[in-house]
Order: sequence, then structure tokens, then C-alpha cells
Amino acid sequence: MIEREQVLHVARLARLRLSEAEVEKMAGELSGILEHVDRIGELDLEEAEPTSHVVPLENVLRADEPRSSWPREVVLEQAPDPAEGAFRVPSPQAE
Amino acid sequence: MSSDLLELTVAQAAARIAAGEVSRYEYAEAWRERAAEDDLNAYLRRTGDGAGEGEGPLGGIPVAVKDIFCTEGVETTAASSILAGYLPPYTATAVRRLREAGAGVLGKTNMDEFAMGSSNENSAFGPVLNPWDPERVPGGSSGGSAAAVGGGLAPCAIGTDTGGSIRQPAALCGIVGLKPTYGAVSRYGMIAFASSLDQCGPLTRDVADAALLLEALQGRDPCDSTSVGIEGGVGEPGREDLRGLRFAVPAELGGDAIEPGVREVFDATLKRIEGLGGEVATAPLPHVEHGISAYYVIAPAEASSNLARYDGVRYGLRAEGAGDLLEMYESTRAEGFGDEVKRRIMLGTYALSSGYYEAYYGRAQRVRTKIAADYAAAFEQFDFVVTPTSPSVAFRLGEKTDDPLAMYMSDFFTVPISLAGLPAISIPAGLAEPEGGGPRLPVGFQIAAPAFAERRLLDAAHALEGEIGFDAKPGGDGDG
Repeated sequence: MIEREQVLHVARLARLRLSEAEVEKMAGELSGILEHVDRIGELDLEEAEPTSHVVPLENVLRADEPRSSWPREVVLEQAPDPAEGAFRVPSPQAE
Repeated sequence: MSSDLLELTVAQAAARIAAGEVSRYEYAEAWRERAAEDDLNAYLRRTGDGAGEGEGPLGGIPVAVKDIFCTEGVETTAASSILAGYLPPYTATAVRRLREAGAGVLGKTNMDEFAMGSSNENSAFGPVLNPWDPERVPGGSSGGSAAAVGGGLAPCAIGTDTGGSIRQPAALCGIVGLKPTYGAVSRYGMIAFASSLDQCGPLTRDVADAALLLEALQGRDPCDSTSVGIEGGVGEPGREDLRGLRFAVPAELGGDAIEPGVREVFDATLKRIEGLGGEVATAPLPHVEHGISAYYVIAPAEASSNLARYDGVRYGLRAEGAGDLLEMYESTRAEGFGDEVKRRIMLGTYALSSGYYEAYYGRAQRVRTKIAADYAAAFEQFDFVVTPTSPSVAFRLGEKTDDPLAMYMSDFFTVPISLAGLPAISIPAGLAEPEGGGPRLPVGFQIAAPAFAERRLLDAAHALEGEIGFDAKPGGDGDG
């Protein structure tokens, strides 16, 4: 029930490259899982509010006071391509 | 002498070390030697600071730490190729709190990649084997932690539980595993899978040890605004009977999805509860059977968001030879993520995409509310809700890898509790033959409690554990 085009669309959204074989396999597997998940489509959920957070907490904030953060060198230590104090990446493709 | 040291529970060892009867260095060395004999692939790496430093309730206790917890300067991978070689610049609060209690880190344990799995077959660094039968899985995603404790390679461990990933492997490895209430333990430094579900918890050989670890782990952390801690702490469990306590068995228990051997041990445990003075009755929890459906929308959706950060830009793997930025993102993630991770990212992205959001994620959030309400209603009449932890004993390696949905069903009993944010413990309740025949394997009994009722939960579990008297060991022929 999930078509090849949909798989490719979702893969693009997720920034995942899938091989042709993976696309086909993924379509089958996702369809099977979604078929099971679709059962929740039959339930009467009219009066239920969505739960996004189980603990009754609201807007846990801290005082807006500046604090020290990570030294730049520490953050760049794990970078694949640090340059000029920043993370260097390939250019986006020209439009 | 050394093997006597290894027999001590964490509580016993901590007491002897504090009293000066046992040297923390000797104790840590004994465990370091045992851990080095790891033939289960439980450890991804072993570290040298097992003895810990300073005094505290866990002074001198080495803890095996699931490789999902950031440890400063020590490789942390979440068992993924995309983080191979990653050295975090900071340490997770859970690990920091253990160290502040005097504990040390024995090593980083193997797991299902990004905590996605129920068998520890999804690790980029090889599967973990069950100490009871090396052709079977230890469960997942905290398979390494569970196999380490169950296989006598660590005195205790910490893991994470999002849909059952502490409780289910604990059940399959014959040990105790506890998932605390959502918010009890800080998630800072715990590589995120599903942020509304993830929780850190202990895996130990007995309930008293689980309480000792939880006491050190829990607490409000300014670095995790969803953390609240457990008010009044956890204390030491001391109950010996279950008089006056009411245990609910869900009326919709899943029928023939449960292996006969598991069902037998479960029923026998209910009798033991009654023998200790507890009351057992069924209670309606009509929405829990939809837990898997709701969970396999919510968790992948949250995961798709949390795993977007692995893009080759700031840390971790970056694919070589990429032409432009988009190609780099797509290649890096294609190379770095395993199949199950890709599957869940795809599922989650689909569920959140325009046109599908309300039908999937929106509905799943409402099912979650109904499930939480079912438990709340049950807890008005009962103190605890009990089920088998897992529908089966440990299954064979490769048995469920071709059928993602069959694998997901391993979490049938654990997932609804995660959705409701409630605390639950799995304790070993006996041994059973797998469906297909063969040597008997551990069966876990799961007890769930209301939010923040860990003290009562551990107390009751302690009493039941005493009555069960599970003393079987892998390789032995105990009666359990």
C-alpha cells in the first residue's frame, strides 16, 4: 500500500539514499507495519486529547542569565572538516 | 577468594568496601578480569576506572554502562557506524551521578543501534549472545548490559528503556531490570532515540541492588528540563510479604501470543503472590493491546527528528566523495545507519509528513492518552499491574530478523507502560522450555506501578523475589 514514489519522497525528506533494492524492500516492510498500525484508525478517540508529555510539567525555564558555553576548540575537535573556526561542508548544488 | 568477591551483591560489596574489609582495587580488578573473558560480545570497550573514586553508597562498585551514555574522552557509539570513533566532550548525568556515589565504569556495553531493537542483533559491531545459550539472543536494546550482568561479566549495569529495552533483556537473561517513571532520571548525555519515552535504569542481580543504583541515578537535573527526580528518594526495600496489596492482571492478556512455558511461570507467580497475602484480580485495560501500534508511530516519529542531527557536519561519520551538500547528507546517512534505523526513520518521517500527520502521529498521541487513562483507572482499585515481561523466552539468533513486525511484538507487554510513563520492574520468576523444545530459559515477571511509586514497587518486588528464590545460573541446571 505504500508505493515506490512515496518511499522515494519520504527518503528524500529523511535525507537517506536508498538503493533500488532497498526501495523495494522498504516499501514492503513499511506497508506491513503500517497495516498493523492502521488498526488505531478504527478506534473511537473523540474525547481524547493528544499526549505529548506524560509528566505534568509546564514551561520549565531558567533565569535568562548568560553562562559560559563550550570552548570552540573542544566543539571542533570531533568535526570531520574544521576550517577557519567553523564546520566546512560541500556547497549546496547550484539551483 | 576472587570468585567469592564476584558472588557478592552490589549492596554487600559496597558495605564491605566501606567497612574496609575489602579493597576497592581488588574488587575492581576481579571484575576487570571477568569482563576480559567476555565471549558474549557484551562489551564494546572496557575502561580502566572500574574502582571509582571517593566514598559514597556505591563506593568501589564497577558499573557496565550501555554505549548510549556519553562518557567524556571515551568512545561512545550507540552501536552505530555513524558514531564510530566519536569521543564525547562531556559525560552523561546518569554516569556522573554514579561516579559521585563512588562507582566506576567497567566498560561500555553493546546494544541495538540507537536503542532500536529487541534482540541486540542490530548492532554495527556484532550481535550479543545470551549467556544461557549462545545461539539465542539476550534481548534488546540493552542486550550488552543484560548479558554482562546475567553472564557474570559485571556486578551491575545501566541501560535505557524506551519501549522495553531494559525490562525485556533483563527477562531473557534472568536478571532484574527496572525502568523508572519518565522524568525520574536525567536524560542529559543519553543519546536520544524517542525523547518522550527514553529513560535510564539499572540492570542488577537482585532488587536491593536495583534500588541502590536507582537512588544514585535519580534526581532533578538543570541540564534536562524533563527531569523531576523521585520525591523522597527510593530507600532500601525490606518487605517480606504482600499483605494488603492488590495486583491487577489485564483482562486482555494476548492469549495465544504467549508461549505456554511463559504462561505457566506467570500463573505460578500469581499463586506465589496470593501465598504472600496479596490479592490478584483481572482489570480491564482495553487500550493496551493497541500499544504496539501507537508506539511504532510515536517512537519512530520522535527518532526521525532526533536522528536528523547525524548529517556528517559536526561530528561522526562523513561520507567521502560527496559532490554537494545534499549528496553528503544522503550518502553519510545511507552508509552510517543500519537497516532497522533506516526503517524507523522512514516510518517516522512518513508518519509526520504533510497529509499523514493527523492520521498517524495525531491519532497515536490520542491512543497514548487512552492507554494512560486505562492504567490510571486500574490504579484506583489496584496497587500494581502485572504481566509476563516478554511473550516468549529468549529466541534464536536470526529467528525474527526477517519479520520486523514479529520482532516488534516482543515488546507487547512493555510498550504500553512506556507510553504511560509509568515505572516497571522485571524480576526473574522461573525457567521455561522454549516453544520448539530445548533447555529451559529464564522467564521475567513484570510489575508496573503508578508514577513515582518506585519505593513501593521495589518493596513489593523484593518480597516476591524472596518467595520465588530464583537461583538458577547459566550453564548450571538449577530449578529456578
